[in-house]
Amino acid sequence: MSEYIPVLILGLFGSGFTVVILLAAHFLGPRKSDPVKDIAYESGIDPVGDARFRFNVKFYFLAMLFIIFDIEIVFLYPWAVVYKDLLSLGNFILYEMISFIALLLIGYLYLLKKGAFEWD
Amino acid sequence: MDSADIFIVVAKIAVVLMILLTAAAMTILAERRLSAFIQDRLGPNRVGPQGLLQPLADLFKLIFKEELITARGDKVIFIIAPAIILIPAFLLFAVIPFGDSITIAGKQIALQIANLDFGLLYIFAIGSLGVYGIVLGAWASNNKYSLFGGLRASAQMISYELSLGLSVIGVIMVAGSLKLPDIVAQQHTMFFGIIPGWNIFFQPLAFILFVIAIFAETNRLPFDLAEAEQELVAGYHTEYSGMKFSLYLLAEYINLVIASALIATLFLGGWHLPWIENIPMPNWILQLLQVLSFSLKTIFFIITFIWVRWTLPRFKYNQLMALGWKVFLPLAIINAMVTAIVVAIIN
Amino acid sequence: MVDSQTETKTPGLETETVTISMGPQHPATHGTLRLQIDLDGETILKVVPHLGYLHTGFEKLAEHLTYNQFITLSDRMNYLSPLNNNIGFAIACEKLFGIKVTKKCEYVRVLMAELSRIADHLVSIGTAALDLGAFTAFLYFFEQREKLYDLFKIATGTRLTTSYTRIGGMMRELPDEFFEPAREFLVKFPSVFKEVDTLLTRNKIFLGRTRNIGVIDGEEAINYGLTGPCLRGSGVPWDIRKSEPYSSYEDFDFDIPVGDRGDAYDRYWVRMEEINQSLIIAKQALENLPEGSVNIDDPKIILPDKKDVHNNMEELIHHFMITMEHKGIRPPEGEIYSSTESPNGELGFYIVSDGSNNPYRLRVRPPSLNNYQVLPMMLKGKMLSDSVAVLGSLNIIAGELDR
Repeated sequence: MSEYIPVLILGLFGSGFTVVILLAAHFLGPRKSDPVKDIAYESGIDPVGDARFRFNVKFYFLAMLFIIFDIEIVFLYPWAVVYKDLLSLGNFILYEMISFIALLLIGYLYLLKKGAFEWD
Repeated sequence: MDSADIFIVVAKIAVVLMILLTAAAMTILAERRLSAFIQDRLGPNRVGPQGLLQPLADLFKLIFKEELITARGDKVIFIIAPAIILIPAFLLFAVIPFGDSITIAGKQIALQIANLDFGLLYIFAIGSLGVYGIVLGAWASNNKYSLFGGLRASAQMISYELSLGLSVIGVIMVAGSLKLPDIVAQQHTMFFGIIPGWNIFFQPLAFILFVIAIFAETNRLPFDLAEAEQELVAGYHTEYSGMKFSLYLLAEYINLVIASALIATLFLGGWHLPWIENIPMPNWILQLLQVLSFSLKTIFFIITFIWVRWTLPRFKYNQLMALGWKVFLPLAIINAMVTAIVVAIIN
Repeated sequence: MVDSQTETKTPGLETETVTISMGPQHPATHGTLRLQIDLDGETILKVVPHLGYLHTGFEKLAEHLTYNQFITLSDRMNYLSPLNNNIGFAIACEKLFGIKVTKKCEYVRVLMAELSRIADHLVSIGTAALDLGAFTAFLYFFEQREKLYDLFKIATGTRLTTSYTRIGGMMRELPDEFFEPAREFLVKFPSVFKEVDTLLTRNKIFLGRTRNIGVIDGEEAINYGLTGPCLRGSGVPWDIRKSEPYSSYEDFDFDIPVGDRGDAYDRYWVRMEEINQSLIIAKQALENLPEGSVNIDDPKIILPDKKDVHNNMEELIHHFMITMEHKGIRPPEGEIYSSTESPNGELGFYIVSDGSNNPYRLRVRPPSLNNYQVLPMMLKGKMLSDSVAVLGSLNIIAGELDR
């Protein structure tokens, strides 16, 4: 795990920098609060309604699609790493992954046919 | 790790952070000057020679500005959201090698902060954290433009994350490792004695997919739907002002620098310096030239990013999604498969 | 993606529509107008265009101004093409007064109108591109507009508020130093035009953003009262310069570009082509400029030369008769409607005269007001990003909306 220590130190440095900057701005900048100033900007008029609302379910749907495909891609990574080494044992590793991708593509075509990728 | 190692690491981090911040500031200046050049304007040229001190002037201006917080917004999230986007941006640079290892006082020092086993995965994992900063900031603003900007940003980033991840499968396959130094080392070959063995020449489709997906990931035009000034005023950072706004800006440009460095590493052989390496010269000059070559490749991509931004119009949400899911995703899958088959044939 | 019949409604879980305002202070509304947009996700359900944020009251003001005085207000109606407004109003007044202006005056007006049309189209194309994120094209054109404004400054003395026409003629002759830079502009401009043309016309993203967006067919466009590039984009070859020539437009040889689909791209393309045609007209006007005076020879209508006013009794009296309160030039009683082709479309003036020195009623028919009303129809069911593409392609000028 020792190779992660530099990452940790970098993270500390980065966070420190960010916090210092935010605190500096907090103390150096003026503070003149005003109810009109604090209204959310909506093209110069009073906001109509609120920005807390239930938006279209399509965005949720997209998130699910992402998770499905992203997991598939993560499966590909270990395969890609060992691919060259295992090729010496024969082409089985290639056929294996081709069948996996084929299954993935079937799922993809099904989604395409269902119109899951229509955003109009 | 003994104390000397820790000292070296801290020194490296301090230097790298300094360079990264300067690079981001210079990129902001370069964007303004280059865009001015493209558009027949002058751009900022008054602060210091050729406007070189402009970023510093901007910093002082922004740090003394009043920071507004929307009345009905979520105060805590509003304040920490810029930090959430900036800190991962810093962390990303940890695994990028910017030169061969050097030897100082008998100690070998790798020109990389941390050589992680999962280097590339680490980049994708940390890189995708940045979107939280955007979405949370957008949500906490309690502003409708911001919310739409945040929704667009998240939809766009997760869509292109797929093509981004898939397009490098071929690179990993050839290198047989996720460590970035290994990927660089693999490209250290010469074909026919003149063509460098860079991935750009052997996987051009992967290169194009990767670069375009990076454009989308960094929210740059033509993919800057999340800020889309003419539609959403300023998108997710509409309500941000002063230093918090500039943290968003800083994160955007640090990401830009790192994205360019990543493209150079994965596809242009990193710090590999073709042709000249064979000329006999002192080791330290060679290493300096290698770091320089890495920097030049990075700068080339930074300039490309800027150039594209000031040339093209912006995509529309549905076009962007259709491009990501219907064109890039299948292309990236096919590219990975074709690479696999070609590698199998060669072996 | 989900069939609407199979969709089951769970109480409290439906998507909420959200209303966002575009304008009055918004980067995409050049001028102060407001679109109230109801959104479901990114899809536009309803658009309500509001006006009244830039009410100027020009029509009412006109009732207390003399005819020549109103010319200064006409500058401020469509602030992108003040010269066209000046000329449109002057022609309307001359119709009311029954004046026939000199041939040279007509040619000078054509020349200035076409240069002004180019300036207007440069901005409207530029801002339409800017709204789609293409900043550079906008600035390329804006620089050329600066050159045109320099020309206007030489001719009229000011850049924006030109007030160049007078009833029966022009404010002054075209100065000699106008011609050289004008010719230079006509020669140099096409290269910049070509640059922007390469940046936009066949750009995939630009085409994707404007093709089949904001479609209106020819018949519907006529029913809505669209005019100008918005009407011609829908394939209706209606241009007042050709169909009811005024100011000697019949002497000039030019084409009227028309689109075929009536979408935002066609409106862009028509404007681009019109710039080319305007260049041709301006070149002809410059070459064939007749000799003589720009003003008619009638001291009751045209102000005498200032030098003569100081030296001659008769000219001094004429000067007073025109400029003093309760005096001034008086048209016969009656009412007229006269229209000209302004860059945005048909600019009409309806003037009712009671024989006094100011209009009893002046009504302006601004092209932007009619063009504005098609927005809800065009945007229904489209996406939020389309709203800026359509708004930019219609080129709504707020100064014209509320006179």
